[in-house]
This record gives sequence, structure tokens and C-alpha cells, in this order.
Amino acid sequence: MASDLPPPYTALTRHPMMPRTNHDEAARFNFLTHFNRFLSGGVGAGNKLAYANEVLPAFRAEHGRDPEHRYEIRDAMNQNDWHRMWSALKRNSMEMRQHNGRQAVLRQLDELDAMAEQYIDSSGLLELDPSVEQPHYQTAVDIHCQPGGYHSEERSGDVTVGANYDVGLFATTGGALGGLNDGGGQAVVEWAKKERPDWQPKRILDIGCTVGHNAVPIAQAFPGAEVIAIDTAAASLRYGAARAAAMGVTNIKFVQASGEDLSRWADGTFDWVQTTMFLHELSSKAMPKLLAEANRVLTPGGLILHIEQPQYSDDMPLFEQFMRDWDAFNNNEPFWSAMHGRDLKDVMAGAGFPRESQFVAGVRAVADPEIFPPSPDDGEEDFGRAAIWNAYGAWKPAEQAAAA
Amino acid sequence: MSDPIDWVALSGRRAKGKRPEYFEDPALDRLYSTVFALAAEVSALRERQDTVERMLDEKGTISREDIETYQPDRAAGEERGLATRAYVSRIMRGFQQHVEAMEADDPPIMDIVEKLARE
Repeated sequence: MASDLPPPYTALTRHPMMPRTNHDEAARFNFLTHFNRFLSGGVGAGNKLAYANEVLPAFRAEHGRDPEHRYEIRDAMNQNDWHRMWSALKRNSMEMRQHNGRQAVLRQLDELDAMAEQYIDSSGLLELDPSVEQPHYQTAVDIHCQPGGYHSEERSGDVTVGANYDVGLFATTGGALGGLNDGGGQAVVEWAKKERPDWQPKRILDIGCTVGHNAVPIAQAFPGAEVIAIDTAAASLRYGAARAAAMGVTNIKFVQASGEDLSRWADGTFDWVQTTMFLHELSSKAMPKLLAEANRVLTPGGLILHIEQPQYSDDMPLFEQFMRDWDAFNNNEPFWSAMHGRDLKDVMAGAGFPRESQFVAGVRAVADPEIFPPSPDDGEEDFGRAAIWNAYGAWKPAEQAAAA
Repeated sequence: MSDPIDWVALSGRRAKGKRPEYFEDPALDRLYSTVFALAAEVSALRERQDTVERMLDEKGTISREDIETYQPDRAAGEERGLATRAYVSRIMRGFQQHVEAMEADDPPIMDIVEKLARE
């Protein structure tokens, strides 16, 4: 009966950099975990009922047709009492997660900053470049309603935003990302090892790594490889480098750089270029630019792989598209909608990855099922947040230079 | 280290980006924020009480440190998880029954009152 219960917050692995939660901070995250499950489960179904019973009939009566775009459904649903209540609950849950995480982090910031400094200095895993500007798509709003986004500082050189991301991710995902919040990276590793069991990539680039929770498992799984994890946000990189060092990982480096400008790396430098839940944090102009750069630094025969929620296709019902779009408008994910509306295969092709070299695979978070039950399946899916993803990838053709 | 920070004030900082207004009356938006923050506090209090009871059962005496560092084992974690699920279902009953009502589509009660008066 209780087998699908999310694990208690204390089941998370306490790596040395993880902010220490006291009893009640952990208990608040437990509440939020259950609250989120409640909102996405039984009462989440209320949205579909409200649409079918009230919103769609009213739309048909007014327009004499069905909605033709998810935005038409959104406009109509935003007038619906049920959907407004449900959205208010969900928004508050996210805000409470941020507040609880920030209280835990900020009350112990002196210790966290000091510890991070030690790990960074002794490990040499961090390379910052103050000339890297924060792109407008990262600063227009604070992504995920995380105050300060992923780039701001509470004081010079602090680790607040990275630490807050790590300490509270559990509550947002109901523990579905495993003990180290690394279920996405673990999923990538599992896929790669199954796909090419003997493949031994030597140089791996992770773009948009934030705190490296998905890059570290790749480094751990390929100890002979050197992983470069880049992000524009120094505040996240500092925490990520300290976290990796604290976990004893040595074959990774956190470098401040923009995926749009990889000019410091020569053509064909990397055997593998990875993004995990990152393309949707870009912008319409930045995404193709970044992918073209990724193509350039990828060696012929190398792998590019993106983990994202499924793209909206014509096969996906408009109502589902609308539900999956919720975070774009309510959780400060402003490129989410446009990005998922694209045909990523076209974008990838435009960036130099021929269609015949591309593939799409389904992956789901890999976590210890004894402790961390998997994301609820389709029936109770938390639209856009379930730890069930699509992997959009390509093996760069060896002969691409000649073909181009 | 650096100057001490006011962690209470800083932690409540808002996220940049216009917050959607979910209700016509902004007071309702504010009220939701307060009610559910309180709901989380009650949940945390209940969990704390459970921790105290479990540790007293086990050891007969406890310290604050014991409470702050308590980690339920698997069985206790499930019992507490189930208790939290039941708690959420109690405070969210109105919302859950709203969904059930959407599925049921009952007529107004006056229709039935009048019907029973007639038939």
C-alpha cells in the first residue's frame, strides 16, 4: 500500500558540501514532497475535467471550433476557477521550496563558503573567467523562481544559489532523482554503456552544468575520461566544483564559459558533448548557436546528447502541451514553451548534425529503487517535471567535413 | 569570514519576474501563501512530535541534538510518509472533493428537495 511513498528527505546522501538540514527543515521538505505528489496526482486530474466539462464546451460555444494552439487553451484555462486554484497551490509549493532551502543555506552560509573555498583550493577543479557575461536569457527572470537565479551572489564569492538548488531539488522531484539528485546523469551513463558497451570517450563536455549533479556521474562512470563542465554562472560552478571535490571526483573541471562561445576549444576536441535539461534554459537565437559550437568542438564519430522533456509534436494533444507548458508561465521558464514547440531534429540538422545521424531515445532517472521509487507513470505524471525524459542525440558522422 | 548576514530577511527575497495573479482579489493570493506555509509548519510539528515519541520509546530519554539529527529507518520512514500523506489528504480534502464533484456533476440540491416533495 505504501510502496509508492516518496522516501524521507533524510534518505538523501549527505555529501560533505550538502547543507545540513535540521529536523524541521527536513520535515518541511517532506511536506512539500507529499504536497507536490498530491497536486500532480489525484487533484491534477481536475484540470482535465475542468477542461472537458467547462472550458472546452465554452470555447466551442464562443468560437464555433476547437482550440488550435496550446496558448488558446491556456488563455481559456486561466479564466477557469479550478485551474487558477490549482496553479496557485503549485506556485506556492515552489516558492515554499525556495524559501525553506534558502533559510537552511543562508543560516550556515559562513560554514558552506569556507568549506567550498577549501575544497576548491585543494582540488583545483574550478576555473572562473570573470569576462564571461551572464546571457540575457539567464537574467531576464530568476529561473525556477529561485531568488537570484543560478548566477547571483548574496555576497562576493558565495555558494548560496548552488547550495539551495542542491538542498531542495528533492522536494520538487519527489525524490525521483535519487540520493545525490543525479538520476539524470545516471540515466545518461546507463544509456551510453548499453548503447556502446566498449566506448571509452576521453574528453567530455557538459554544457550548462549548474552544480554538476548530472556531469559528476558521467565522470565517475568513465574514470579514464576528462570531463569539462561549463556554465556561465560562477555562483553555481563554485558549489559544483566544491561538491565534486568533496565527493572525491578528480577527473572533472568546472569552467566558466558560455556554450555559445566555445572558442577556447579547438575543432574536434571532445568525444562527447552533453546537455541535461538545459536547452530549454536558452533562447531562440542562442540554441542554434550553441548547437553549432557543440558540433564544431565534437570530434567526427563523437556523441552529442541532450536530455529534455518530450518535444511538443502534432501527435501530442494540445491539452497535454498546455499542461506541459505550465512551468513556462508559472515557474519562470521563459524559453520552455518555444523550445518544446520546436522540432529539435530540425534545429540539430541546422547546426550540422545530419538527420540520418540523429536518434531519439526514452530514458528515465536511474536511482536506487530500494530507497527511491521511480516517478509515477503516465497516469499521475507531473507534467514537465517527471524524471522520464527523451534523449535527443546524434553520432557525428566521420565524413561530415567532406559532406559539408 | 565576511560580515554576518541577516539570513532570515535574505531567505525571503522574491524571485525576479512578475508573479502571476491567480485570483481577482490579491488578498486571496496572499492568503494562500500564508495558509500553505502554515500547513507545512503543522506538518513539521507533527513530524517532530513523532520523532520525540519514537526516541522516547527507544531510549527513554532524548536530547535536542538527538531530535535534530534523527534519521528514520526504512520502516519508520514509511510510517511517517504515510502519516504525512494522510495529513495532506485531510487539509486538501476540499480540493480533492472539488475534483470528485466535477466528475459527478450533481444537480443543485433544490432540484432533489423539490423532487422529493413531488414524488
